[in-house]
Amino acid sequence: MRVQVATRLALFAVFQLAADPSRQHAAAEIAQRFGISVNHLSKVLRTLGRAGLVEALRGAGGGYRFRGNPRRVTLLDVIELFEPVGAARGDQDPEGPSAEGRALHRVFDEIDDIARATLSSISLATMLALIEEARRTPGGPERATAP
Amino acid sequence: MAMSHQKTSSPRSEHGDVRIRAATLSDLAAVVALDAEDTGIAKPAYWKSRFEWYVGRRPDRFFLVAERQDAMLGFIVGEVRAWEFGSPPSGWIFAIGVSPDARLHGLGTMLFDEMCVRFRKAGVKEVRTMLAKDDRLIMSFFRSQGMMAGPFIQLEKRLAP
Repeated sequence: MRVQVATRLALFAVFQLAADPSRQHAAAEIAQRFGISVNHLSKVLRTLGRAGLVEALRGAGGGYRFRGNPRRVTLLDVIELFEPVGAARGDQDPEGPSAEGRALHRVFDEIDDIARATLSSISLATMLALIEEARRTPGGPERATAP
Repeated sequence: MAMSHQKTSSPRSEHGDVRIRAATLSDLAAVVALDAEDTGIAKPAYWKSRFEWYVGRRPDRFFLVAERQDAMLGFIVGEVRAWEFGSPPSGWIFAIGVSPDARLHGLGTMLFDEMCVRFRKAGVKEVRTMLAKDDRLIMSFFRSQGMMAGPFIQLEKRLAP
């Protein structure tokens, strides 16, 4: 699954901010970490702010701070602020509701259902644990129960 | 759900004032009640058959309960199964339930961890479960335990009348 650049930036920013909700980060600090423009990131942060996931703190040492519940906010919650997941495909069928189109929609809907189920079941807290695991095992986690 | 505690390989384990132990036949009524509280449907016949299958029968079938001061707070059911769908032996979790009043205190994690201890002792290296796609609560719980999509996918077809 591919997501748009803004969505990806939002996810990375949220991961960084949610890792320590008590700490505020300057947009420039986050932008530098991920090698992106501050302007682009600022737009993304404004969208996250309007959704109530981050808050902007003004004044000296100002920046952004996560204000959601990492155990309740899911990947889907963040992604859907920037792009639809499992968008209806009816408009893409130039022939209208043909049998071919409807059959194809069933297959695409199956994929969309799985994508939504996956994204809606992974909270930011779970994602942060996966990130920690990835840090500990650069080659990728083993598919086994924790020792 | 994360909660730090000592993992143990003893038949019983204790975490603070919560004790996890193997279920006995006398736990049937409490499990039926807890499941009915969780799901809204009382299924006494179903749970009786599950007790007959899982409780005290074989060393690779596990029915664990969590209790505090003799009050049941949760349960988990699983077993080691081998070669179905071509899969080598692996641990399957078939049911987990936690009293709504006892949630968000790590009890589900305790039960899950203890089941994994039993599975490891039984010699398997994978733990699996199957869930309804739209059950966000339980799926989020298993995700929080580090579970990811496995190598199998479930397919089905409506039978013609």
